[in-house]
Amino acid sequence: MSDTQETNCFFLDDEAIPFTPGQTIIQAALTAGKYIPHLCYHPEFKPHGSCKLCTVRIDSRTIATEDGQTIKIPGRAAASCTTPAQAGQHVESNIPELLDLRRTLIQMLLVEGNHFCPSCEKSGSCLLQGLAYALGVMNPHFPQYFSKREVDASHPDILLDLNRCILCELCIRASAEVDKKHVFSLSGRGHSKHLICNAESGKLGDTNFSATDKAANVCPVGVILHKRHGFETPYGQRRFDQNPINAHAEQYAPVKEQV
Amino acid sequence: MPHAFELETAQNPEALRRIVIEPVSRVEGHGKVTILLDEAHQVHQVRLHIVEFRGFEKFIEGRPYWEVPVLVQRLCGICPVSHHLAASKAMDMIVGATTLTPTAEKIRRLMHYGQMLQSHALHFFHLSSPDLLFGFASDPAKRNIVGVALANPDIAKKGVLLRKFGQEVIRVTAGKRVHGTGSVPGGVNKALTSEERAYLLGDIQQVVAWSQEAVQMIKRLHLQNAILYDGFADVPASMMSLVDANGTLDFYHGALRARDKDGAIIFDQVSYQGYNDLLTEGVKPWSYMKFPFITSLGEEKGWYRVGPLSRVQNCDRMPTPLAEAERLDFLSHGHGTPAHGSLAFHWTRMIEMLCAAETISQLLLDDDLLGQDLLASGPRCQEGIGVIEAPRGSLFHHYRVNEDDLVTYANLIVSTTHNNTPMNLAVRDVAKKYLNGRELTEGLLNHIEVAIRCFDPCLSCATHALGQMPLDVTLMDADGTVLQRMTKDEQGTLRQH
Repeated sequence: MSDTQETNCFFLDDEAIPFTPGQTIIQAALTAGKYIPHLCYHPEFKPHGSCKLCTVRIDSRTIATEDGQTIKIPGRAAASCTTPAQAGQHVESNIPELLDLRRTLIQMLLVEGNHFCPSCEKSGSCLLQGLAYALGVMNPHFPQYFSKREVDASHPDILLDLNRCILCELCIRASAEVDKKHVFSLSGRGHSKHLICNAESGKLGDTNFSATDKAANVCPVGVILHKRHGFETPYGQRRFDQNPINAHAEQYAPVKEQV
Repeated sequence: MPHAFELETAQNPEALRRIVIEPVSRVEGHGKVTILLDEAHQVHQVRLHIVEFRGFEKFIEGRPYWEVPVLVQRLCGICPVSHHLAASKAMDMIVGATTLTPTAEKIRRLMHYGQMLQSHALHFFHLSSPDLLFGFASDPAKRNIVGVALANPDIAKKGVLLRKFGQEVIRVTAGKRVHGTGSVPGGVNKALTSEERAYLLGDIQQVVAWSQEAVQMIKRLHLQNAILYDGFADVPASMMSLVDANGTLDFYHGALRARDKDGAIIFDQVSYQGYNDLLTEGVKPWSYMKFPFITSLGEEKGWYRVGPLSRVQNCDRMPTPLAEAERLDFLSHGHGTPAHGSLAFHWTRMIEMLCAAETISQLLLDDDLLGQDLLASGPRCQEGIGVIEAPRGSLFHHYRVNEDDLVTYANLIVSTTHNNTPMNLAVRDVAKKYLNGRELTEGLLNHIEVAIRCFDPCLSCATHALGQMPLDVTLMDADGTVLQRMTKDEQGTLRQH
């Protein structure tokens, strides 16, 4: 058994990353200050594995052919937020193939919803926008879907702009696991899937949702907004103004109690 | 006043030759001019068409009110600050902020004067100076800002640096040079730091001096060729703008005043909250842009002009000493009669640029700019109207907001919209004087564009009417026999004829 296995290390893009038993690959990487792109992962909630941004390749192999050439056999693709770290495994994240796929995923999300960054109050603090910049997404590539989405302003303190929903389910998990209210859920299938509110009217204003709920403060994009506070933070002081999203790995690392 | 409808519609358009200038160049947005001529080159119809459609009034509906100042400014890349501030003023009313904190009001004013400075510099040096320095019919290959930079590098350099300074003022107050977020309902989201103030103070005296030079330059050009400058696109018009309680020009806030073409007051100190009773927005079937007029005077006589040429002659005085001295000099040239030659726009525009530079110079010494009390609020309202003097003239924003904080109604009357009738009359005046009976050349057609450029129109800002466009559709067979004719009026009523 090698030293790295004895000390519970795996290799992320050829760099040794220590982990504690039970940690997932992304938890260990973020704790070590190594950023793996993600949208639906949140250190305080059970991993979900739906956005696929954090997909990595595990244990790719290189073999030599009879004519002296070498061929790379890609390892299995896995969501790093749901895959436990194992000693000695070789994980690839920052490789052209995965970066291309992540760019494509971001582009699909951008055209599926109605993301108009120039007038969005989450601009500069939005994970989707931050990832688009970090991954070098220069255009939407796909035709804009122009989905018909609603704005629910029925709640006195919170606005729901469903135009920007990426179906990450963080609000659903926060409301169920932390707030114990089950305010949100997903309904429909395929391209009809959408966020709904747990009220007969379907309106947020008819639920017991509160602006102090965890679910009111966990949205990675500009869906769940605190009313009357838009654009209070000037340019230069927004979350990703000073450093790009991939410079903030430690912010997404597991909180200490859960490590 | 010239007749508002003269040369608007020819009697027999199908028998006339059609000349099209498209796009009108060195203006913001997309427009075209059509001219109908007979065989003897006599002009029968001239129209300035605004062929693009923006529709902001419609898609603002359903958005939260605090988003509007940031959203609506995207309709322009040259004067977004004006829309940012006009919308903010309207939303101040929504949040009950009847009086802003001193810091917020002064930061907004500083932002606005920076905007006035950069926009006027852009228009004069980049867009219009090639016509004025080289001649309307000069070599088109050189009649542009690159030509100016090659022939008069000092003028071009000062123009670029004046604009740059104005944009820097916007950057430190709004966060970005273009499309910032500094102004929010009830105030601003940032004050100036001491370093930012020192940075702007370092250049402001040079900016004031260059602005003075710009006034002298256009004055010299005007007086050297006074017959051309006074008579070109001469459209005697009523004039409207904001003035403060003492009649002094105030670009940021005030009450409405209008004078007729001879300078007599039509109305004065009228709150812009009552603009709906004062003005009517007419529409025509051949343009996406509306045609506002003073309701009490009717569509034929009630049209008016806004912008520098009106503002400088409509007010009793400028708020700063150097600009006021220049205003008096400008008025003395008219010997007590208001000037209406469209080229006089440039002289007055430079007087306003000097005023903006002086005001920035004064404001930068005010410690309120460094304050931390940024927001005010009061009893919530459901309707807000904000009016500001944008670089191109009076800008009206009017919104209604429901109890859930969403916008239910938006109406924008943009400076260029106010000037729709006088712009059309200006191009008709030029067509009559310069084109009638002559073989058309590029230089002659540029005279038409020169007349439009005087107004510094922002065509993309001005086209938002949706569902109000009157239509007249005629179905003819191959022989020209009318089979069916159907019309839709301004209220949307369909009629068979």
